[in-house]
Amino acid sequence: MSHDTTHASPAHHEEHEHQESPVVFGFWVYLMTDCIIFGTLFTVFAVMSHQFAGGPTGKELFDLKNVEIETAILLFSSITYGFAMLGAQAQKKAATLGWLFITFLLGCSFVFLEVNEFTDLIAHGAGPDRSAFLSSFFTLVGTHGLHVTCGLIWMVVAFIQILGKQGLGSRMISKLTCLSLFWHFLDVVWICVFTFVYLGSVL
Amino acid sequence: MSQTHTTTQEGESHGSVASYVIGFVLAVILTVASFATVLSKAFSYWTALVVLSILAVVQIVVHLVFFLHMNTSSKQRWVLMTFAVTVAMVMIVVVGSLFVLWNTQSHMMAR
Repeated sequence: MSHDTTHASPAHHEEHEHQESPVVFGFWVYLMTDCIIFGTLFTVFAVMSHQFAGGPTGKELFDLKNVEIETAILLFSSITYGFAMLGAQAQKKAATLGWLFITFLLGCSFVFLEVNEFTDLIAHGAGPDRSAFLSSFFTLVGTHGLHVTCGLIWMVVAFIQILGKQGLGSRMISKLTCLSLFWHFLDVVWICVFTFVYLGSVL
Repeated sequence: MSQTHTTTQEGESHGSVASYVIGFVLAVILTVASFATVLSKAFSYWTALVVLSILAVVQIVVHLVFFLHMNTSSKQRWVLMTFAVTVAMVMIVVVGSLFVLWNTQSHMMAR
């Protein structure tokens, strides 16, 4: 069975194989609303980015080494998820699970580094209650981290479902496609985070 | 270059190993360029900010094309349309807020 047809619902057969399922498009629309959430959070950060209230500035707080590692991890996890997706489309279960597992580990290390950074900041008295700058920083970066965490939970669920009787059926491919959009979307948001939040603050 | 995966038999929404690797390499180059812009301290504040913004936009496009497989084919018309509307809305929020608040700030007090 070619994966082209597994993708489309029966109603779409006359439109030929390459039609994306409505589920995937619906998920895309959700991502667009998420885009607007992040857009507003970035705006808040931009407005508050110089309101230090006498507290520490981003230049003093941010460790770019840490950001570099986080960026590299997310970038790697993007390509490993891509390989998982290619495996799924080729109906290769072992490859899909393997790449999913690697992506999961990369995602976990990202969240670990971020939690570490946050606890470090809070321990040094630079918690979200210190200044408007830090409030908006924690809100924005924390929201992104929360999304990554949700993606990781979703990945575990997908992993178990692939092992189960669902295998790599058309519904599963649809779910994995949604998760792939979600995961790559988070990497796009991270581009803005490391550019405007971290690098912009250190300038 | 964006044709590498759009012309494959698999259909427009799937990548290939080649397209993922190309996207990955481009993303790495752009990321390194961003960090280098700041760490080299070669630019003034505003120049650096403009350079960073351009690099970020280019990298976002790279991610959209090579990882999210967006393209201009008719099958993706609604994906593109919803994306365009979203970008417009985000721009109104970002640019509008910054414009208004910048003005407020400069009228209230000199910072």
